[in-house]
Amino acid sequence: MLILECPYCGVLADETELTPGGEAHLKRFGPGSSDEAFHGYLFERENPRGVHFERWRHSYGCGKWFHAARATDTLEVFGTYSAQVFDPPEEIRKKITAKRPGWTWKDLS
Amino acid sequence: MSKVISVLNQARFHGIADVTELGVQGMISLRGDLSSARLKTAARTATGATVPEPHRVTISDQGGLCWMAPDELLVLVPYAEVSTRLTKLQDALAKDHALAVDVSDARAVFQLGGPHAREVLAKLSPVDLSARAFTPGMLRRTRLAQVAAAFWMTQDEAFRIVCFRSVAQYVFDLLSIAAQDGSEVDAL
Ligand SMILES: [Zn+2]
Repeated sequence: MLILECPYCGVLADETELTPGGEAHLKRFGPGSSDEAFHGYLFERENPRGVHFERWRHSYGCGKWFHAARATDTLEVFGTYSAQVFDPPEEIRKKITAKRPGWTWKDLS
Repeated sequence: MSKVISVLNQARFHGIADVTELGVQGMISLRGDLSSARLKTAARTATGATVPEPHRVTISDQGGLCWMAPDELLVLVPYAEVSTRLTKLQDALAKDHALAVDVSDARAVFQLGGPHAREVLAKLSPVDLSARAFTPGMLRRTRLAQVAAAFWMTQDEAFRIVCFRSVAQYVFDLLSIAAQDGSEVDAL
């Protein structure tokens, strides 16, 4: 069972109280963008074994969206953080580096 | 004028815990900046209760306030006074980025009491309901089996449970089944 701490209300919410929102930090390409960029935005997703960044929603609780950094192979959770950021905060990246030196995810490391 | 009755007309179940649908309760959903002085005053004027800390309720003899989210309160008032208190609340917050709506008829309220009340609820929601973790005055907004619900603990260690009116029968059945005789777990 995955347990994530909602950064908005502080509840340690188990997976059944949350709704998954897919990959984090997608950049939207809409009208006016190239077909290639639009295709990438719609369909291209990471599928890592290891460090991953996701969006989750505390849907049965306070209702807020947030971000989570976790490992897909061990279910270890590195941390959760605000939805109002384009990249994982430094503090979260440091926690990941401490446990998984040399990690990479898209253009992050 | 016709008499107002609640969705399950105060249905009851008696088992290892007592389940009662409580009848009509005035409820106003209030969203806004909970740290704003104007909102705090308006909420207190409407209920006689002060804005609670996160995951808590405050109850007065005229109503109560439930902390539902960082920007949301559930305002409890007598059913007959919802419209007058709502108008006052809306007037007081007219200049703020805030929203107050009467949700009384969109919700159902249950009382769950008795020595096994904690474990009946623990069977249905992903919340630590041990006496160490959950104490009177605390509130959790969560789920009961497959539907959204909020509950808090009153001073006598009973629970008040609020859910959507459309799932009132489902929640009553859930609570009754979880409270049926002989179903003690004694794990808490
Ligand atoms: Zn939350």
